[in-house]
Amino acid sequence: MALLNSFFKQKALKTKKQNLDRGILIFENTSEVIRAERILKSQKWEIRVMGPPPEIQHGCDLVIEFSLIEELNILRTLQEAEISPLEAVPSTSPLLKPVDIFQVKDYGAHLMVRAANMKLTVEKATLTIVNVSGGGCPDVPYLAKELVGKTLNQAPAPREIGHTLCGYALQLAFEEMKHRCSQ
Amino acid sequence: MLAVVGTVPDQGFPLVAGKATLQGDRLYIQGNEVPVNRGTPALLAAAIKTAETLGRPEPFGYLIGDIGLGDGSRLLYEYLTRHIKENDFSTIAFHYVQPDVDWHNRVLLVVKEMTRRPVLIADAGFMYAAKMSGMASEYDLFTPDVGELAFLADEDAPHPFYTRGFILHEENRVPDMIARAYSHKNASRFLLVKGKDDYVADQGGIRATIKKPAEDALEAIGGTGDIVTGIAAALISADWEIEKAAVFSARANRLAGHFSKPTPATQVIEIIDHIPRALAKLLLGKK
Repeated sequence: MALLNSFFKQKALKTKKQNLDRGILIFENTSEVIRAERILKSQKWEIRVMGPPPEIQHGCDLVIEFSLIEELNILRTLQEAEISPLEAVPSTSPLLKPVDIFQVKDYGAHLMVRAANMKLTVEKATLTIVNVSGGGCPDVPYLAKELVGKTLNQAPAPREIGHTLCGYALQLAFEEMKHRCSQ
Repeated sequence: MLAVVGTVPDQGFPLVAGKATLQGDRLYIQGNEVPVNRGTPALLAAAIKTAETLGRPEPFGYLIGDIGLGDGSRLLYEYLTRHIKENDFSTIAFHYVQPDVDWHNRVLLVVKEMTRRPVLIADAGFMYAAKMSGMASEYDLFTPDVGELAFLADEDAPHPFYTRGFILHEENRVPDMIARAYSHKNASRFLLVKGKDDYVADQGGIRATIKKPAEDALEAIGGTGDIVTGIAAALISADWEIEKAAVFSARANRLAGHFSKPTPATQVIEIIDHIPRALAKLLLGKK
């Protein structure tokens, strides 16, 4: 029996490691799942419909598994089709939430806000974005190129042009910066 | 020779593999030109400046365009599995690529089959994939910033975006986060943690803390972390011990930053220009 338990434990651990870069989309009802699946598959997303993990206590009895890193992009695709999942969470730890802690550094003439691994810095007098740093996904250098030199009001929101979770983290920093600069 | 693997933020940039050179603020590789601002071009530029100072050959780059869609990264991963064994690299630095556990594992498998096992350095997206895959201990050096260290320390987080709050709250306790990352086998043989103070650590704990010169503005400047990784990679490929290279690169980055008289609006190329002067000064002091 102990041997059997050990086997299942190891198998579960292996499965957990295999799914570490996957996320799941939770929907209100199955017809939304079916619509979302059709749209995402038609756009060549690698997804699969499956049963929800036991930790998920809300939504319907089907979820869509997707590449977690590309969460921002996939949510935008669904938004364009007017489909709103209740939640997008990591497959292996569905109870994890996006970061909601911001570190703020005041440099006098400049203000920096950090969300998770992403930092955004603006010149206070002009609200011009002077630097974007941190992050590791390939849209970070691209987002920096598009944002640096523009004011907070001129710059595109990272949510609109980013694709990954790093882009999503930058969006949170961007929103926090806007909030702080409007006060 | 050093190999650097990464992406550039230009969707039309082709897959290239070849020696990288630097002229002014432009990187050249196989007839293609890339502006050096941050990311892998900044890492390569720092490695080139370091190699020049040491009289070593230019690094070899594997680059492709990717703006976060992951398409370029996947082509690059696939190319690496077929071609990386064709060269005898002493050091490989993996950098900005779309994190993908499956592709990461395939690349690592091929690298482990190389005749001479290179020193493996990972930063940015490739480091995320290495941690997620559970293969972090296969690497010789990770170069996270403090936010990324919190991610390494959180055994459940699949990305820094999902790092749990109680760990993020510990950011003033970098040594505790380093210990936690090692205890869950989510750290490489050595760690170089970049931040207000830089730390070099291994399984046994903190090996060195680098605090000077202190330039507060460096944290805000995109690409300073890439410089540290680039200098460290170039030193390691010049047969420096990993720990010494990590400490030296942190010092060199701080000194180059200091020479640039930085503000939070400084751009990374202004710091890269000062790398030779910083290296020369530190090497002189070392003799």
